[in-house]
Amino acid sequence: MPTTEELQTIVSANNWTAVLPELLLGVLALALLAADAFYPRHRQMILRATTAAQGGILAYAVGLFLRADPGTVHVYFAGSLVQTQATELMRVFFLVCSLLVSHLGWVYLQKRSLPRTEFFHIVLVVTASLMLLVQAGNFVLFFVALETLTIGLFILVAFCRSSRFSLEAGLKMLITGAFSSGILLFGIVLLYGLAGNPLLPGTATDPLNFAQIGAFLGATGPAGEANAGQPLAVMGAVLILVGVGFKIGAVPFQIWIPDVYQGAPTPVTALLAVASKAGGFFVLYILLAGPLAPMWDTLFPALAVITGLTLLFGNIAPLGQYNVKRLMGLSGVAHAGVMLLGLLASHTVDWAFAAVLFYLCVYAVASFAVFEVMAHLAPEEDSDQDLTHYSGLMRRHPLLGGVFLVGVGSLAGIPPLAGFIAKALIFVAAFQAGLYALLVIALLGVVVSIYYYFGWMRAAVLREPLEDDPDDGRWRPQPVVTPVAKFVMVLLAVVTVVIGIYQAGLTDVVGLR
Amino acid sequence: MALFGGIAEFLRGLEAESPRVHTSMLLFGIFGPLAFAFALAISGKLEAGAVRVAALLGFLLPVVSAFWLWATYASMGLNGGYAFFVNTPTGLDAIGVSLFLGLNGISLPLYVMSAVIGLAAGLYAIHTNVERMRLYLILLLTMQGGLMGMFASIDLLFFFFFHEFALIPTFIMIAMWGRAARRTVAIELTIYLTLGAMLTLGGLVALAWMSGAEGFNLIALQLALVDAEHQKLIFGLLLIGFGILVSLFPFHSWAPRGYATAPAPAAMLHAGVLKKFGLYGLIQVAVPLLPEGMGAWAPLLMWLALGNIVIIGLVTLAQRDLKLMLGNASVMHMGYAFLGVFAFSAAGAGGAVFMMIAHGLSVALLFLLADSIERRCGTADLRELGGLGQSAPVLMAFFVAAVMASIGLPGFANFWGELAIFAALWQSASPWVLVPALSGIVISAIYGLRAVSCVFFGEARVNYRGGDLRGLEKAGALLLLGALLVLGFWPRLFSDDVNAAVGSLYPVEPPVAEHFLAEE
Repeated sequence: MPTTEELQTIVSANNWTAVLPELLLGVLALALLAADAFYPRHRQMILRATTAAQGGILAYAVGLFLRADPGTVHVYFAGSLVQTQATELMRVFFLVCSLLVSHLGWVYLQKRSLPRTEFFHIVLVVTASLMLLVQAGNFVLFFVALETLTIGLFILVAFCRSSRFSLEAGLKMLITGAFSSGILLFGIVLLYGLAGNPLLPGTATDPLNFAQIGAFLGATGPAGEANAGQPLAVMGAVLILVGVGFKIGAVPFQIWIPDVYQGAPTPVTALLAVASKAGGFFVLYILLAGPLAPMWDTLFPALAVITGLTLLFGNIAPLGQYNVKRLMGLSGVAHAGVMLLGLLASHTVDWAFAAVLFYLCVYAVASFAVFEVMAHLAPEEDSDQDLTHYSGLMRRHPLLGGVFLVGVGSLAGIPPLAGFIAKALIFVAAFQAGLYALLVIALLGVVVSIYYYFGWMRAAVLREPLEDDPDDGRWRPQPVVTPVAKFVMVLLAVVTVVIGIYQAGLTDVVGLR
Repeated sequence: MALFGGIAEFLRGLEAESPRVHTSMLLFGIFGPLAFAFALAISGKLEAGAVRVAALLGFLLPVVSAFWLWATYASMGLNGGYAFFVNTPTGLDAIGVSLFLGLNGISLPLYVMSAVIGLAAGLYAIHTNVERMRLYLILLLTMQGGLMGMFASIDLLFFFFFHEFALIPTFIMIAMWGRAARRTVAIELTIYLTLGAMLTLGGLVALAWMSGAEGFNLIALQLALVDAEHQKLIFGLLLIGFGILVSLFPFHSWAPRGYATAPAPAAMLHAGVLKKFGLYGLIQVAVPLLPEGMGAWAPLLMWLALGNIVIIGLVTLAQRDLKLMLGNASVMHMGYAFLGVFAFSAAGAGGAVFMMIAHGLSVALLFLLADSIERRCGTADLRELGGLGQSAPVLMAFFVAAVMASIGLPGFANFWGELAIFAALWQSASPWVLVPALSGIVISAIYGLRAVSCVFFGEARVNYRGGDLRGLEKAGALLLLGALLVLGFWPRLFSDDVNAAVGSLYPVEPPVAEHFLAEE
């Protein structure tokens, strides 16, 4: 732990500019609440100004990313904060996600009488905590950022206070989230205690710091006994991975996903499916490549089994699913499996992690395209979206239908859409890393996944539009699409198609060379 | 001949003056149809006539490109080697992928064939009046672009990519415009073919990365062979993967129902061109790059190919529906092409390539004609049809000619393909294969002629309307039949290039023949 003097130097070094985007987001979130409290009549304008400010912060983060040097690592606040080109990319990623989620929220909340300001406020806070999370250099910042994120998500999931499903989802997420945080904390404490033990070789002076824990676990004693082989170390690492596994929804920790995805308001489902999952994956990579790297050989079998199960479950469970939000959740498990496969490959193949980032970006764009359509088609009871809401979409609203097909097609990995190239990259990486058995499961998974994605597309393209019937609760009003929403959706679809054919822009950004 | 000499001279001069003109023709042939499809997709409301004209232009572009490149290639004297390179990095350098296009003596004839069949399918599609015509044509144009790109790809990942590009519209077209039970068939086809595609993708990735060439560039891969043990594994993956896509027995069950259900232009393009992806992959990629693997899997391949010929041949005999019969027949004829690959000699592979071209043209023609019969009679059931010959003599003439071609009578392109394959089999280690293979000819003669007699002779039993073959329908059929006849009488148009190319990839004398003689 840093001493008082060290803390003083840290503060006087005045590195606060390093977290300027996060600080600005926090200030913006508070200013939003304050402005809303004082000028409730100008709410519309305040929210617009907030979105514009978000865009400004995004521009700043893009500038930071462009200035970042590949290979240079900046460490601030006594090792709490580690910035690389990849973390700068993730900042941009999360800010883009927050803008899209805000837009989804705009579309969604417009149709319902729900408080708006709080929604945008929490989205901003969650984004800031995600951005800090991926820059974490020790377990303190890691845990604090993760908890801020999780608590924000609890509130957002239960945002539809009038809906039983939403409340139920919030409760389920609260329980599993608290449970997994507890497990995670337990793992952290075990590693902390072990790494700080002066009797062991290579004792860490700061046993919460990722780099020091990594050095400690890599050290071996005079008799050749490795710290990484200590039962407590193994236990701690496994518990930490279980905690993170809950966040990314890897099997067998996926149990909360369908209910929470279904109950949460659609914009929040998008936030969970994309931003929160991306954060989980990045953190998993940081842990596996940093502090837990010396234990790779011990952890690999467990991770491989988890990856295989995740791929199997994610592709089989959505078969026969009619609720599209559950479908997105369950098929998201399959995507998590593919990304886990890439992470496993990244241990031996140096470009594999860049391929995972590529996959994340492609997955995000395609998912948001689908969620945009979902937000427009959602009925009064948001959790009750099933395939019948998509019947004849192509005829009812060709634009929504087209965007929907591009998005789902990309998620299914159909050429020429971006999803195909992203999957192919991960598969090549897995092949190079020699993960043949997992690769076979992944390839078969693609075949199975065609079935449920196809069913969804079939409803949109081939089924006749159903007659409106306000009585059966399946009322399907013609969706109202604003010009902004049109612009956003067309942009997402165009990006998906372009990346499918010409990848150079994105591969440069994720550092895939 | 003076005219040809003049053209060749002109093209050579053009090459010297601006070398990029030919490569841009290649890009034109691939991306032209796609550009037209895109333009149609975003054009908003258009008159039906304008849509048709635009689509026709989109189908004409590949034909122009194909004949231009063919003439140029002939004037270059490359001896079967690659020409017209386009190499554009698309940002996937990390895995050794770039958009690398070019044509050699094997792919160029197939490129020409796919352009011709595409035009015929396009003409037929424009002729028929289906609901939501514009989407129909957009999908067909997309398919056509994918098909042209597939044969022009040197990069294996793009080879696969273009194949999928063409495959997806097939599924949609079956699901939307197919015959009875179209949705079931569409989903069955989608899952089955995706399985084949994934196996193929796995095999191609393995091939690229185990060779040490660290990339998907086919030309570089030809210099870096995989070690023997892995060759067997990879070849197995590719054989099953490609086999599913080409309907190799017993992975064929998707094909007859799929073709019978698909709307005719989709069936023409799929059975005629897209299905050749697997055979082309075997001939151009898998067998030359994995000779040891081929050696290990050859016996199985032989039995499966015989299964195609004999078992599916007998199944075809039992069909009562004209389109199902044609679907089965097209599966059966793939057996000959597989046997050509099995012979593992320049003659066999060359014969298989020729067979692919001839079969593509003839099966496309048959599907076109079968669909026009069905449209006129309202049924394709052979037991209900009859006596069409009196009211539609031209249709009958075309159908009889197409059946003759698919049986393999001299004068049609199919004859040369089958002849070369049989000659190669005779030289191979197991000449006895010829017996069941030749009996297949008899089988196809039986069902072909029986179909002719059921449909065109006897009493007219169905309510026939629509007159004889007309307009664009006739133009499409004429195009295909003309191509079959031209190649039948003048096979050297293609065979020189094909022979030169396979000659550099395959042994002229099959290596196994010596073992056979030594055992005697």
